[in-house]
Amino acid sequence: MPKDHGIGASTKRREDLRFLTGVGNYTDDINIHGQAYVYFLRSDVAHATINGIDTSAAETMPGVVRIFTGKDFEGVGGLPCGWQVTDKHGQPMKEPAHPVIAQGKIRHVGEIVAAVVADSLDMARDAAEAIVLDLAELPAVVDMKAAVQPGATKVHDDLDDNLCYDWGFVEENKAATDKAFEEAAHVTTLELINNRLVANPMEPRVAVGDYSKANDESTLYTTSQNPHVIRLLMGAFVLGIPEHKLRVVAPDVGGGFGTKIFHYAEEAFCTFAARQLRRAVKWTSSRSEAFMSDAHGRDHVTKIELALDADNNFTAVRTETYANMGAYLSTFAPSVPTWLHGTLMAGNYKTPLVYVNVKAVFTNTVPVDAYRGAGRPEATFQLERVIDKAARELGVDPIKLRRQNFITTFPYATPVAVEYDTGDYHATMDKMEELMDLPGFEARRKASEAKGKLRGLGINCFIEACGIAPSNLVGQLGARAGLYESATVRVNATGSISVMTGSHSHGQGHETAFPQVIAEMLGIPEDMIDIVHGDTANTPMGMGTYGSRSIAVGGSAMVRATEKIINKAKKIASHLLEASEGDIELKDGQFTVAGTDKSIAWGDVTLAAYVPHNYPLEDLEPGLEETAFYDPSNFTYPAGAYACEVELDPETGHVSIEKFVSADDFGNVINPMIVEGQVHGGIAQGIGQALLENCSYDENGQLLSASYMDYAMPRADIIPNLDSYIVDHSCQTPCTHNPLGVKGCGEAGAIGSPPTVINAIVDALQSGGHKVDHIDMPATPGRVWAAMQG
Amino acid sequence: MYNFDLVRPTSIDEAVAALGEEEAQPLGGGQTLIPTLKQRLAMPSKLVSLTAIAEMKGVCKTDDNALAIGGGTNHATVAQEAAADFPGLAHLAANIGDPAVRSRGTIGGSLANNDPSACYPAAALGTGATIKTNKREIAADDYFQGMFATALEEGEIITEVRLPIPEASNYQKFEQPASRFALVGVFVAKYADGVRVAVTGASNDGVFRWSEAEAALSSDFSAGAVDGLSTPDGSGMISDLHGSGDYRAHLVKVLTKRAVAAAS
Ligand SMILES: Cc1cc2nc3c(=O)[nH]c(=O)nc-3n(C[C@H](O)[C@H](O)[C@H](O)COP(=O)(O)OP(=O)(O)OC[C@H]3O[C@@H](n4cnc5c(N)ncnc54)[C@H](O)[C@@H]3O)c2cc1C
Repeated sequence: MPKDHGIGASTKRREDLRFLTGVGNYTDDINIHGQAYVYFLRSDVAHATINGIDTSAAETMPGVVRIFTGKDFEGVGGLPCGWQVTDKHGQPMKEPAHPVIAQGKIRHVGEIVAAVVADSLDMARDAAEAIVLDLAELPAVVDMKAAVQPGATKVHDDLDDNLCYDWGFVEENKAATDKAFEEAAHVTTLELINNRLVANPMEPRVAVGDYSKANDESTLYTTSQNPHVIRLLMGAFVLGIPEHKLRVVAPDVGGGFGTKIFHYAEEAFCTFAARQLRRAVKWTSSRSEAFMSDAHGRDHVTKIELALDADNNFTAVRTETYANMGAYLSTFAPSVPTWLHGTLMAGNYKTPLVYVNVKAVFTNTVPVDAYRGAGRPEATFQLERVIDKAARELGVDPIKLRRQNFITTFPYATPVAVEYDTGDYHATMDKMEELMDLPGFEARRKASEAKGKLRGLGINCFIEACGIAPSNLVGQLGARAGLYESATVRVNATGSISVMTGSHSHGQGHETAFPQVIAEMLGIPEDMIDIVHGDTANTPMGMGTYGSRSIAVGGSAMVRATEKIINKAKKIASHLLEASEGDIELKDGQFTVAGTDKSIAWGDVTLAAYVPHNYPLEDLEPGLEETAFYDPSNFTYPAGAYACEVELDPETGHVSIEKFVSADDFGNVINPMIVEGQVHGGIAQGIGQALLENCSYDENGQLLSASYMDYAMPRADIIPNLDSYIVDHSCQTPCTHNPLGVKGCGEAGAIGSPPTVINAIVDALQSGGHKVDHIDMPATPGRVWAAMQG
Repeated sequence: MYNFDLVRPTSIDEAVAALGEEEAQPLGGGQTLIPTLKQRLAMPSKLVSLTAIAEMKGVCKTDDNALAIGGGTNHATVAQEAAADFPGLAHLAANIGDPAVRSRGTIGGSLANNDPSACYPAAALGTGATIKTNKREIAADDYFQGMFATALEEGEIITEVRLPIPEASNYQKFEQPASRFALVGVFVAKYADGVRVAVTGASNDGVFRWSEAEAALSSDFSAGAVDGLSTPDGSGMISDLHGSGDYRAHLVKVLTKRAVAAAS
């Protein structure tokens, strides 16, 4: 029987009651007495010199409190970048200033040129229309390869060129890799694009800055995945406010997908303006603003080569990628195409040599940063696409080719600096094959053909590095932050528990899953435990939620703190039971003296901790509250095998997903229902990338897909029905280095699915006699049709 | 949104009078106009809502076998009430937007707006409908004058649309993936005296009749008859993120064939 509580139970998500009944407390629900509203005047040109900003008419308009321009921020810090990449010559990346409000120059459509604070949003907007800009428009740099040509227009005048860095990894492997290509029996080459995406969380970003004169304290309410990181970055680098005078609150957050990790100009502005004006300042992004101000994702142009020997063993992988940074470096942008991407280029395979070259490029576009999967989808897409192409060129079965090259012994040190602790790639492949009913494929293909359709089967594997990350390692790699996590477990007098965690839940279900772990450890009901998160004032310093790290890192911190609680509680129990500490056992919420019927309940022990009348005060402090900081010793490495079947209408190019199967290895699973939901959602986003989503600029830097009229999101009707949308996580090789044996599941679906879909589309086209060996994402009907025309 | 006054007259005459004022504009279901106002792309000083005018609502069959639809009738009502007499039109209306859009958006608003990707223009032109206004009757062939351009004059209201009921008809909509308007939509209607084929979504000049297909289908109403035609010229067709002009031209032919095959 499946468990009904604790680890492994599909406990229903307690937070859904408030989300689904409209009683959540989102940032936009926060209104501060007397607050003013800010409207940001954003650039509608991509590149220009600002000759002048005339705010005189606007300032006299009704309700205007104050208008800020770049001048007001001259003495204020710029937005910092949290990761420094060193290029292949040992030089630090170029790191241009990133002003809160444009200073002298505009570098992308959507950049803030002025901020109007007024008594109402409409008044602010009216006044913004009266601001007169004197701009000298400059040619825009949009195409990455053109941007790095000599003589290209520069995005930043103070830099030599538009190349942020030229990264080689592992540079020492380059010569050996090149040699392996010379000696290869077969080389498969593929050029491809990983399309630019807009994350589009359901809740747009919001910031409310407040200032209390009484204690000189600033508070920022913001839609963030990591309030402590925002406090550190904004306090120390932008506004110069020490932590004890700055509180950052991220209450209920309606989806993040990475785009709410970063520190944004609007957050700094609202905090700054509230201090200046002695009045709270609120900003709520419109969806149109979100398209041109939320950090975008992906946007790589890649050439990948795969070398094989005469027996079809992979001997080397070589890649060259252009990665778009946009106009400025967003908080973690430099790390995405490098350390979150190059380190995964071995995939699930024992390829001995890998060389990855990445050129990060500045363009006149919105900054690009991490989006669900961050670097790992880009790595997986190119590697799995080139393997699929190689299988076709060599006439071998794509499953067989992959299996033949699988890593099978663990731990395994890859040639790209990481060590996989555990895994079983044959097991997930077996599971996928079983769930996909591969023997029935030919019959299904025939049935499709009888209707005039083409049917394709796409096979795919993936590996990712989650549980981000060992602080000392990422420090060596250029991270300017540690990536531990924290938890304070506060046991209350009557035995209920509040857990203050540095992780942040913005849809993941932490409020349900985290208590399951503690309930299991203590043997008490889950509903005696609550999770507190999202407020720097009442949680220990933690790094937040991204990189599928919360249960692996945050959960581990919570386990460590709970272990401390158990230790202390056993001491108290041994005193109360007059037994030696070593004989005390905790089971089902009872402390028992081993081998006797002497026991005492959890609640009696916790009460004694706070009402210490009969208590070993000389040896033990009263109270029962413990904090732990957990820094992982390695990443975790979820992996899996995915497959999908598509039906393609050769008359229109329309593709429908008929069946999707994922067989994932997430190690141990805390709440299977939540895990399945995460994978379903991740795959849906990956299908969105593969078929629909396309953030596109024209050559003048105008955003063409600036609303839902042109930016296509995945909707329920493009996802297969649940009986054909199977997510399995029964293959479990527990992580060897964290206490829960968990690996993380938040990004897997978005990483594994795009190449699965494209592999299936290429297979369908080939079955129809079309010599198409690649199609770029999104594979819209128009593109599929064009590819069929040759 | 800028501020505006809102009036809700209950008769066409009152509405026309209200529209006589400067910068007054009719408001149908608001499904196009309200988003435009929210983006501050229009600045009417007065909106004259047509939603309370009973004489502009409803669907009925006329003596000369046409369907008369009040200009203020919403898409959901058409989807329901045209189903028995004119299934091709009911099906078109049932696939506009989502339920909320269909409960608000009106046929008059759609035809007045004449979005190059909208569905109703294909039905109006494909049936040779008559657009009745407070002033006159306009034949569909004269009414559509290019993207977002119509024969309507300032302050003129579409009060009714009369669509001759065909023997068989069908509308094939190939959705633009993001907006789910028509990337290309083809309305085919077969009458005793010939076949009409109207295409929306495709042309830079807005909705148009594909005369070659009409001729071929008038003598042989079969998908095979369309097969023999050459694909329309893609050079005047819309080319954007979602498909080239050539792709749209190709779809015109595919969808025409499908509409003929599905016509009932
Ligand atoms: C999410 C969404 C999806 C949609 N999908 C589709 C789709 O798939 N296919 C499609 O065809 N349409 C689609 N639409 C548009 C929808 O059909 C609108 O209802 C229609 O275009 C406008 O009708 P309305 O009554 O809302 O007009 P309004 O928005 O009120 O007005 C539009 C214009 O027409 C004028 N007007 C309104 N009524 C009259 C009248 N009786 N006489 C003269 N002028 C008038 C107004 O002044 C305004 O200029 C969609 C809209 C939305 C919001």
